[in-house]
This record gives sequence, C-alpha cells and structure tokens, in this order.
Amino acid sequence: MEESKKTRMVPVPSNSIIPERDLGKTPVIECSHLGIDFGGLRAVDDFNFTVGATEIAGLIGPNGAGKTTIFNLLTKVYTPTRGTFLLNGLDTSGKNTVQINKMGVARTFQNIRLFSDLSVEDNVKIGLHNTCKYSALTSILRLPGYWKKEKEAHDRAMELLSIFDMEKTAGWKAGSLPYGAQRRLEIVRALATQPKILLLDEPAAGMNPSETAELMDNIRYIRDEFKIAIMLIEHDMNLVMNVCEGIAVLNFGKIIAKGTPEEIKNNEAVIEAYIGRKKEKRDDS
Amino acid sequence: MSRKFKNYNKSSKFDFITYGVVIAAFIAVSLMSSQGILGRSHQGLLVPACCYIVMAISLNLTVGVLGELSLGHAGFMSVGAFTGIVVSMSLQSAVPFVPLRLGIAMLAAAVMAGIAGIIIGIPVLRLRGDYLAIVTLAFGEIIKDLINSLIVGVDSRGLHIIFNFRGNKSTADLHLLDGGTEIIKGAQGATGTEKIATFTAGFVLIMVSLIIVLNLVRSRTGRAVLAIRENRIAAEACGINLMKYKMTAFAISAAIAGAAGALYGLNYSNLVATKFDFNTSILILVFVVLGGLGNMLGSIIAAAVLYILPEALRGFADYRMLIYAIVLILVMLATNNAKLRGIFEKIIPRRKKGDA
Amino acid sequence: MEFLSYLISGISLGSVYAIIALGYTMVYGIAKMLNFAHGDVIMVGGYISFCVVAYLKLPGWLSVLAAVIICTVLGILIEGFAYKPLRKATSLAVLITAIGVSYLLQNAALLIWGAAPKVYTPIIEGTLKLAGGKLSVSYISILTVIVCVVIMIGLTIFTSRSKTGKAMRACSEDKDAAQLMGINVNRTISVTFAIGSALAAIAGVLLCSSYPTLVPTTGSMPGIKAFTAAVFGGIGSIPGAFLGGILLGVIESFAKAYISTQLSNSIVFAVLIIVLLVRPAGLLGKYVPEKV
Repeated sequence: MEESKKTRMVPVPSNSIIPERDLGKTPVIECSHLGIDFGGLRAVDDFNFTVGATEIAGLIGPNGAGKTTIFNLLTKVYTPTRGTFLLNGLDTSGKNTVQINKMGVARTFQNIRLFSDLSVEDNVKIGLHNTCKYSALTSILRLPGYWKKEKEAHDRAMELLSIFDMEKTAGWKAGSLPYGAQRRLEIVRALATQPKILLLDEPAAGMNPSETAELMDNIRYIRDEFKIAIMLIEHDMNLVMNVCEGIAVLNFGKIIAKGTPEEIKNNEAVIEAYIGRKKEKRDDS
Repeated sequence: MSRKFKNYNKSSKFDFITYGVVIAAFIAVSLMSSQGILGRSHQGLLVPACCYIVMAISLNLTVGVLGELSLGHAGFMSVGAFTGIVVSMSLQSAVPFVPLRLGIAMLAAAVMAGIAGIIIGIPVLRLRGDYLAIVTLAFGEIIKDLINSLIVGVDSRGLHIIFNFRGNKSTADLHLLDGGTEIIKGAQGATGTEKIATFTAGFVLIMVSLIIVLNLVRSRTGRAVLAIRENRIAAEACGINLMKYKMTAFAISAAIAGAAGALYGLNYSNLVATKFDFNTSILILVFVVLGGLGNMLGSIIAAAVLYILPEALRGFADYRMLIYAIVLILVMLATNNAKLRGIFEKIIPRRKKGDA
Repeated sequence: MEFLSYLISGISLGSVYAIIALGYTMVYGIAKMLNFAHGDVIMVGGYISFCVVAYLKLPGWLSVLAAVIICTVLGILIEGFAYKPLRKATSLAVLITAIGVSYLLQNAALLIWGAAPKVYTPIIEGTLKLAGGKLSVSYISILTVIVCVVIMIGLTIFTSRSKTGKAMRACSEDKDAAQLMGINVNRTISVTFAIGSALAAIAGVLLCSSYPTLVPTTGSMPGIKAFTAAVFGGIGSIPGAFLGGILLGVIESFAKAYISTQLSNSIVFAVLIIVLLVRPAGLLGKYVPEKV
C-alpha cells in the first residue's frame, strides 16, 4: 500500500502521466481527442488521457461534467463523434460493447445494474460468460463438459466473491442485498470477465465511512492481485486522493486539469470548478 | 455435498419435482383410461392437452425466461402442424411403422418451426417491449394467411406445393398423378389426415421439452438469456451477445412449439389454418402467465387445468365461457393485487422468480 | 376512377381505425397497457345502437348518444373493477386481465344477443354521385371521415389546452410526479378510459354502418388493426394514431383491390413490420434510448 503511494508519476507523450513502473508496458487506455456530441451539445470534447497498465486513475468533476459519458464512450455504449482510443495498443473503432468487453474493459454502473432477480452466484457466473465456455447442446444433453465447467464456474465465482467476503451470500437474490453489497457485487461481476481495466462509476456512493475505507483497500488489493488498471469516477475526495495515482478533472466536457493528487488539490482551476471563485461565493451567500 | 452447492441443489430439486409430477400424472391418467374411468370424450382431450402443455412450456421460455412478450406463438404451432401432416402423409408408405413416422414428423416440424423462428426472430428481436409484441402478433397472422392459401399434394413424382393467393386455384392445379394424395387444400385445410398421435407420444414430448428447457435454463446459455431479461445493458457489459442468445431462446421455443403443433395436427383428420389464430396465441399466453413466469411446473398445471376447465363446465352450457372469463379476471386480481397477494403468500409461500 | 373509389373507401375505413386507435393510444399513453378489451367496447357500442333503433324505434342519432353514454359508463366500470386494482402489477398481468375482460364482453354479448348476426341499419343511407355518376361515395363514408377529423382536432386541443388534458399528459409522462403535483391520477385515468370508450362507441356505430353485420366478435379484428395503426403511427401520439389509422385503411383497401383479398391483412401487417424496422417507435413516435 505504502509502496503504491510512493510510485513516481512520469509524463507520457499524450500530455498525461502514468506510474513509473508501467513505463515499459503498453498503456491499457490511450484516448486521443475523444469527443461526442448530443445534438448540438458537446458532451465530451478533446479528451486526451492515458492509463498505465497497473495504474489506479481517477476521473472527477462536478455533476454533469461528462464523467459517465466518458465511461460510456470507453465501453462503446456511445460511439464517439470524434477521436479514438486504443486498448492495450489496439484500435477500438468499429467495435461494440461486447467486443470491447472481450478486449478487456469491464465496468460498474452509477445506478446499480445487477441481475436483481438472480442469485449472487449467478450474477458472478454471468460475468464468467466468456471465460468459462461450453455450448448450449452440452448443457441440454448434460454432457461431462457441463459438470466440469459448472464446477469450474462455481469455484471461480466463490473465489471472486471471497475478495469482499461475500461467499455466504452466494445463494441470496442479488436484489435483496444491502446497497453497499450490491455495489461490491457489481465489482465482482466485472472482475469475473477478466478485464485489463476496471471502470468503477462512483463505487463508494451510498457507502458509510468504514465501508468506504474498506473499499479503498479492496481497490488496491484488486489492482495488486489481478495486475490490472482501475479507473474510477468518484465524488468522495478522500477516496480519490488516497487511492488514485493519476487524476483528470473534467468540467463541461473538457479536461481542466491532470496530475497527481497533490497537484490536483492545489490547482486553481479545479478549486474554481468545484466551489466557484472565492469572491463570487461570498457574494452569493 | 458442501454447503456451497445448496442453492444449486435447491433448483435441481425443483426440477425433479417437475419431472416427478409429470410422470405421476401420466401414470395416473393411463391407469384411469385403461380402467375405463375416462370416457371417450375425455380421452379425446388427452393429446390436445399434452400439446397445449408443451406450447405453454415453449412460450414460457420466450416470455418467462427471455422476458419478451410474444403474441403470435400459435404461428409456430401452425407451421409445425402442417409440416408434420405433410411429412407424415408423404411417408405413409415409406415408413409404415407409426411411432417412428410420428417421431420423424415431429422432428421435421421442430426443424421447420425453428427455421421460421430464426427468420422471424431476425426482425422481431431487434424491437423491444410492446413493439415486439405487436410484431409477433403480425407474424402470427401472416403465417395463418400464408398457410391458409397453401395447397399441397404428393404423388409418385414427389411433393407439389402451390400458393393460392388470389383464390383462383384448387387442388386440381396440383396435377397429381393417379394414386397421389391431396394433403392440404387451401382454406379447407388438411383433410383426411391419418390420425397417428397418441397420449404416450404427448407424454414423451412433454418430458423432452422439459428436459431441453430446464437444462438450458440452468446453464451458461440460460444464464445469459436470464441476464438479458434482467438487465440488457449490464448483460452487454458482461460480454453477452444479445442477439445470439435472444435468437437461441426464441428459435428453441419456436422449435418446441413446432413439435407440439405436429402432434396436434396428427390428432385430427381435419385441420384448418385459422385454428392457429391470435386467440390460440392468447390462450397459451394465459396458461403461461397464470402458471407463473419462468415456472415450468406452473405452466404445465395451468395449461392442463385451464384446458380441461371449459370442458368440465360443459354442464353450464352457454355460461361456461363467461364463467371462464370471470375466473380468469378474478385469478389475475387475486394474484396481482398487493393486498390479496399478501394473504395468499401467508398461506402458500411463493417461489423466487430467479429460481425459474 | 376505380383507383379513386378504392382510395376513398380506404380513407373511410381508415377513419374508423383512426377513431379506435385514438382511444387505444390515449389509454396506452396513460395506463401503459394494451387494452385488448377496447375492440369489444366497439362491439357493445354497435349492439346498443342497434337495439335502440330496432327495438325502441328511436332515431339513429339518439342511438349514437345512447351507445356513447353506455360505453362510457362501461369503460369506467371496466377500469375501476378490473384495471385499477392492478395499478402496481406487471404489465403482463394487466394484459391478461384485459384479455379476460375481452372474453367476458364477448360472451356476455353472446348470451344477450345470441350468435346469429344482427343486420345493422346504417345511421345515414344513400350515396353521393360524383363525376357524372362514375364515382359514388356513400354518405356514411363522408360522415366517418368528418367525424374522425373533428375528433382528432378536438382531442389535440383538449390534451394541450384543458386542465384535464394537461393532467393526462402529465400522468403519461410520470404518474408519481403528477401525483406529487396534486393531480388525481386515478381520476385522470378514469377520464381517459371514459373518453376512449366513448370514441369506441362512435367507432362502433360508424363501423357497423359501413359493414352492417353485427356479431359478438365484430370488434376483435378492427380492435387489433386499430392497435396496429396506433403502433404504426407511434403509440401514445394523437396525430400518430390518426395518420396510422388512415394509412392502414388505405393500404388494406388497395391490397384487397390490387393484390389479394385473402392476404390483405397479411399485407397490412407486413407493412407494419417494415415500418417498425425502419422506425422502431412508429412514424411519429419518439424513440427514447435507455439512459446508462
């Protein structure tokens, strides 16, 4: 944990910084001039950002800044109007959500999207869809492959659930879990797809301080254990400043600052975006 | 086995209960009919009851498991029925062994209905919700009209098929050789079909459909289909190809309906295409909804009871369909109104929807 | 000339579909349910009008009034007894209940009026000869089209100007929010059903005047087709229902005349499928993508 905090951030060509340890590896995400318009509105414009192979990156900004839209662009829920992004150095133009997931992007959702009527275990097993494969015919005929693969899926699901100590709830209906546990289950499900980068959309929303503290440990654990990158959107500044290595601040669809937590904390433009100019603020109140 | 498998075992156990109930019912009914407890008119209901049970299982796969409302399921039954009739009548001399011929006919019917399912599924499954429902209704009606104008005959040269779109053609236009058989005669439908459907075949078909559907639901494919029902966007984010799995479920559902149709068609010497209209589709949907979405045993019981009910109400003559309608409304109100449901749940604990 | 007469009969038939579709679309817009019993309310309207003329020997216009009143009451009763308790239930449960109501109405009609067809006397008879007698248009066709246009315009003004109309639109957007703004949602839904049923009664009279055979299942197919028309135009949209109805009638009329009588329904449905594939929310409907 301490070690990750000490990591030095170094600049890369796209005007971003990545952890020094990731220098030799292909960055997991490289966005260049990514943008999308909704009608006449430029929801995201000129988004340039690089995420290192094992980096924990943060995306912050006021409400409506376009953060979730960027996740939607990175998962091809929306097709970018302009620009492109590379996944592990591979071009992503013309790919759809499913292909992007197979290329290594998994995500959670701001408004939780679990398979609420299914069991917790089944939710994770659905995440294992493309890693634990067998045909429909195998399942109808209950061939030996079915039993083998189902056992494999079950074991793997339990293993993943154990990250958050959730094995005991495996048989529960996902929708009946407490809010915090639902958010954690979404992370487990996303991890099950064997991603190279995990996009977390407000993972701490609705969690109490002790749950948030635990989540921070979990996020670092996931990165260290699975050797993947994590990019998160979060309003909890304590979490962002503690776990993120590189941060981009978004306002009105544009990046207004990029840097390490320390740099962001002291950035004039960021302070202005969040709380307005000091003088005006006094006038208002 | 360890505690970890508890949940899995629970759903498996319910599957075995389903199989058990079907087998027990088959044995009971067979005994009753061999002991002469069942009258002739009741015996005549057995095969169609089996067909409707299979239809309900099949539609439950589309509506309950996949979560898409289909209002044209009778169309697939119709494709199956007339395919089955044509195959069976054409093979009359080639395959004299009746059970084998029935099996071939049902298999061919399943294949044809499955193909129809894929062709219809391509446009239909791109739509959502009520739009999807209305398009399935439209396809059901189109199938009905097409088969209604179909004229088919067989002779020593093979199968002859013509479409009577303008109402100016008849079986004479088939130009059959001597000894040929007219199988389907346009709006008159199939006449003179050899009745080869049996209750045992119906039982086997129910069991096979159940095995296919239940085994599918509790597998990787089934979970993918359920995931699409539960949350389309999250399913896609998990790398599930929506179209592929929607299509798999829809085509299997159509194929099973086709087999049921073949059995149904081969149970009557006369059959017209208008039998498989919108009302038949609705009838099957009622079985599925009353039996419980995703609950196969529920579908089976609902189909059996509701198919027999109007017959049991024969004593009420003219009032029977009125009573049926009132019962239907009251049951829907009783099971779906929060207050009334609370009372019911205390008496009968309901199963979770996810256990399917 | 032949073409013109097919076109006119298509527009006339389409106007009937449009009136039914307007009722369908309003009910769908607010209650988000496929009211399969709507077609059977048409049939009830037809029978009421028939009885008033045949047994009470009253004039045709009075029979329309009676049909409208009785169907309106019927609509409110159906909504209150069968649909209101299911406000929180799944749409499928409501659909099956609607089917139950449809069976109920059909079988009640069967008991009351019997299975033998009743021959309906059109409320207006006679035809208008045009182009030196080469083109004849029945007065009922003209009346149907006029009534349809008047209803469409009336409903548009009603929903955009009147307080109740605005409440309807609010409820169809978001019932909970509407309730918080002090709108009586249950009352608004009842009013919608009342209007829809009144329209169905008018449609019933016009339909039976053009096609004078009246049986308990008279309303089923026009009901389904009108629903198709509503989807065709974009369900929930009043101009959409109007446009969808007219187009459907014209397509059906031409299909019968030029392609095949047997396949006319199929052709109508095929056009619907093609339209929905190109425009998944119908001609005038708004496609709202799900927010992620």
